[in-house]
Amino acid sequence: MSLPDFLVTHKREVLTLTGEHLWLVGVSMLLAIAIGVPLGIFLSRRPAWKSLILGANNIMQTIPSLALFGLLLPVPWIGARADRLAILALTLYALLPVVRNTYTGIAGVDAPVREAALGMGLTPRQLLWQVELPLASNVIVAGIRTATVITVGVATIAAAIGAGGLGEFIFRGLAMVDNNVILAGAIPAALMALSADFVLGLIQRSLVRTHH
Amino acid sequence: MTDSPAAIEFVDVTYRINGNRTLISGLNLSIRRGETLMLLGRSGSGKTTTLKLINRLLAQSEGKVLVDGRSTTEWDVIQLRRHIGYAIQEAGLFPHYNVEDNVALVPRLERWDAARIATRVREVLQLVGLPYDEFASRYPDQLSGGQRQRVGLARALAADPHILLMDEPFGALDPITRAELQHEFMELRKSLSKTVVFVTHDVAEALMLGDRIALMDSGKLKGIFAPAEFLRSTDDSVQPYVNAFRTSQQILDSGA
Repeated sequence: MSLPDFLVTHKREVLTLTGEHLWLVGVSMLLAIAIGVPLGIFLSRRPAWKSLILGANNIMQTIPSLALFGLLLPVPWIGARADRLAILALTLYALLPVVRNTYTGIAGVDAPVREAALGMGLTPRQLLWQVELPLASNVIVAGIRTATVITVGVATIAAAIGAGGLGEFIFRGLAMVDNNVILAGAIPAALMALSADFVLGLIQRSLVRTHH
Repeated sequence: MTDSPAAIEFVDVTYRINGNRTLISGLNLSIRRGETLMLLGRSGSGKTTTLKLINRLLAQSEGKVLVDGRSTTEWDVIQLRRHIGYAIQEAGLFPHYNVEDNVALVPRLERWDAARIATRVREVLQLVGLPYDEFASRYPDQLSGGQRQRVGLARALAADPHILLMDEPFGALDPITRAELQHEFMELRKSLSKTVVFVTHDVAEALMLGDRIALMDSGKLKGIFAPAEFLRSTDDSVQPYVNAFRTSQQILDSGA
């Protein structure tokens, strides 16, 4: 069966798996942002923690994704369902670029700007929301962009533990030695990564432009 | 505002960094209401540190700093800072705010009403020689160095603080722009009647702009002089400055 034929006959399944994939990536990214941005802000306030937290994150990235899925299996509640497990693993992978870029973006705010802001009587909270986060925003979005693209790719492996997503086609295609089935998973995943990259790139550029 | 004769007073102030290296030791200094006091010294003499002790960007290790008769440790630090204008060498304008928003910063933090802020921004931009209609909507990266300094000064003046701290505000400017701003600052100062503490390493600037000059060296106050006294002084720590100043004058004279 040719690829277009396969996609037409498996239309429902393509849509379901794409939906699952989006869900895995979306939830993981929301979690990674919800944890990663505050963690990056924390690091900018307590740089002594930087090597520990960024180091731990780095190590996380070196664990092969398949192994990480396996290692998380015994964790209570998380290990009970494949999608929970996949989301936790994907979140852990996505964390590093988000934390690192949040920290880098805030640390990159010019010292005189920060000094003037404090000297003018901004509270630490005002400094964060009115100065540091707006000025760091495009670097933070760049981190989210990198993390999202990685997560779309890694999420295909979630199918190996039964968490669904476009990886289903890829593993099935491998088992059937059918390239078209592999492509039916790989092409939508690639398109998803490209569109996420494109949209987040637009957001990133619009943030840079507002400074001028 | 209290009736205390001194706007700012240092009483036996010592500042140590991380509890060991001493940057300021035994500083006693009384800054009069309405005067312009120049803190003159070389790099590392402690003049910027002294300035930052006034708005509590740094906190002294020993002694007291009084602003309007009240110890800076008793002030709410945010109120203290909003009560004092602050202008620095690199201006430190917010790059994501246009000129108007930069200047309106403290009035907005202090929740002035919009009409009052708008009037004040126009007024204070006029004061520093930047017509509102031409400059209000520009961003800092669309301004020259001199214009950025003017905006920095306007921002420091916006909430009409009666104390103004200036940390080498003209230090990074080209000589012509610097002379221009120094001249305008002299004019401005007469009309504003503010207490100004001005950090500089430039003796000519100190002589030109100051009512008094506080000379600092290695974290100690070497003396306070009126400009004429400074030029006449035979004090060992003053001599190098006077010599440097005279030499540059002589070169100018012989060249003319």
